[in-house]
Amino acid sequence: MAITLSGDQSIPAPPLSSRLTPGQVWGIALLAPYLLVFLAFVVYPVCYGLWLARAPSNYVALYNDPIFARAAVNTLIFLVIGINIKMLIALFLSGFFAQQRTWIRWLSVIFILPWAVPSIPTILSVRFMFNPEWGVVNHLIFSLTGDDGPNWLNDPTVALTMAIGVHIWKSLPFWTLILMTGRLAIAQDLFEAAEVDGASWWQKFRFITWPSMQTLYITCTLLSMIWTLGDFNSVYLLTGGGPADLTHVLSTLGIRYLRLDQLSLAMASIVCAIPFVAPLMYFMMKRLSR
Amino acid sequence: MKLPGLNEFSWRDVATETRLLLIGIPVFLWTMIPIYHMFLFAISPKEDAFSGKLWPEHPTLHNFEIVFKQQHYFLRDFYAQFWNSLVIAAAVGVLTLVIATAAAFSISRLRVPGGRVVMNLALFTYFIPAAFLAVPMYRTMGNYGLLNNHWSLILAMVTIASPYAIWVLKQASDKLPVELDEAAVMDGATTLQIFRLVYLPLMMPSLVAIGTYAVLLAWNEYLYAFLLLSNDREITLPVALGNFLAADDSPWELLMTTGFIYALPPAAIYYAFRRYMVGGLTAGAVKS
Repeated sequence: MAITLSGDQSIPAPPLSSRLTPGQVWGIALLAPYLLVFLAFVVYPVCYGLWLARAPSNYVALYNDPIFARAAVNTLIFLVIGINIKMLIALFLSGFFAQQRTWIRWLSVIFILPWAVPSIPTILSVRFMFNPEWGVVNHLIFSLTGDDGPNWLNDPTVALTMAIGVHIWKSLPFWTLILMTGRLAIAQDLFEAAEVDGASWWQKFRFITWPSMQTLYITCTLLSMIWTLGDFNSVYLLTGGGPADLTHVLSTLGIRYLRLDQLSLAMASIVCAIPFVAPLMYFMMKRLSR
Repeated sequence: MKLPGLNEFSWRDVATETRLLLIGIPVFLWTMIPIYHMFLFAISPKEDAFSGKLWPEHPTLHNFEIVFKQQHYFLRDFYAQFWNSLVIAAAVGVLTLVIATAAAFSISRLRVPGGRVVMNLALFTYFIPAAFLAVPMYRTMGNYGLLNNHWSLILAMVTIASPYAIWVLKQASDKLPVELDEAAVMDGATTLQIFRLVYLPLMMPSLVAIGTYAVLLAWNEYLYAFLLLSNDREITLPVALGNFLAADDSPWELLMTTGFIYALPPAAIYYAFRRYMVGGLTAGAVKS
């Protein structure tokens, strides 16, 4: 029996099912599969994980673990230095790829490859290139100078820099593409007018390109930071967190604790990252759900 | 338009072109060296592979033969692992499409109560760093008794792919004119008929993009696969590649050959669907 909502309020509310239109019943039915997935594989794991990490002793243990402090610092370096360098290169290259030339268009087709192919074989390929004994890099150094090259992945600073390099190699194409889309959306007559006025390359960038792309650029940087926090491959496949666990970042550290069967420490190390991730997530939610 | 004669030959153009090449050449090298290095190993005999040459003296397909005939300890289960990767990627693609299309239709076209909340929850999931969710997800899969079962990886990847899928599909749905649905209702169509006969055909391009996205995501996934599956015959190709590293005397030329074979399908799929992918993904990733 269908009762309209504008009916007399004094009668008791009819059961939910009869207040819904058939369309809404279908709507709930079609939404149910995702809700089930969300409850079973997001809500339950997250709540369960938080519950596992609840004991303050976990945080004391983390605080006393020098590897945790090192991983936190590495993560910061990765995010603050690595991502900003990556995004600046992407911004620069987006201008390069926006040029109308056949060879540049072909190069852009090739340029996308690192993003299109899976990371494991390519990162392992890089890892082998820098193998101190057999890698091609030290072969080259030897044939040019007659000296043995450095053991690249044995120095934590060099190894972390290389992990950042691998991350940039992998994700630069994606961000360049996004920023290029942003660039191409700028009205061309602005540039033509500036050209007539004799504006320099820098002035065109400063007064036309940057103001139109500023928001996009900042959003991309923040999104890239969030995703980089979840990037396990760049560090794990290149250095495995070594040497001596000095190149871990928070994402590989959590998995390291997990492999050592210290699940509550693994969760606690992630909980420690929440205060830093939450503002980023909040900002992105606000921007995208408008 | 007259052809540029010698007089109009401009040093400025040459300078511009040179500057562009000075960017283009390093970009090309930067992009290709790791990929070329992998390819070089795949076509090199073992002794050539370690010599540091830029092209092998005796290029060969022998490594491919060893992989395809499973003639090495590490490759015993190559076909089983390839098959696992294939089945899991296909299952993730199909399930993500079904779940996300239903949800997007429900939120965007049927305007189900609470749809906006679900949308925001999905977006929230999209922003949880994948490696962070892996830790509790691993334990949960254990609780569900799904560890070492392909379903654990399939469901984990569907969980990760769905939020973005729903988001992109909802954006695309919102662009379809509401009059289409109204006209269909006037003609007496039921909700399911609208979904099947009006909605799905119009959404095809977005569905192709999202299906490809989910398949590639699952095919390329390493971390979740490595946590959730362990038995040699149950693991996917990337996990098998990672396991190559466990030995001190890893057969690198075979590792690179297998890696090359593993990297081919996603690259091919990407280029085949590039038109859909770029439009769909860039539109979804960032709304400016």
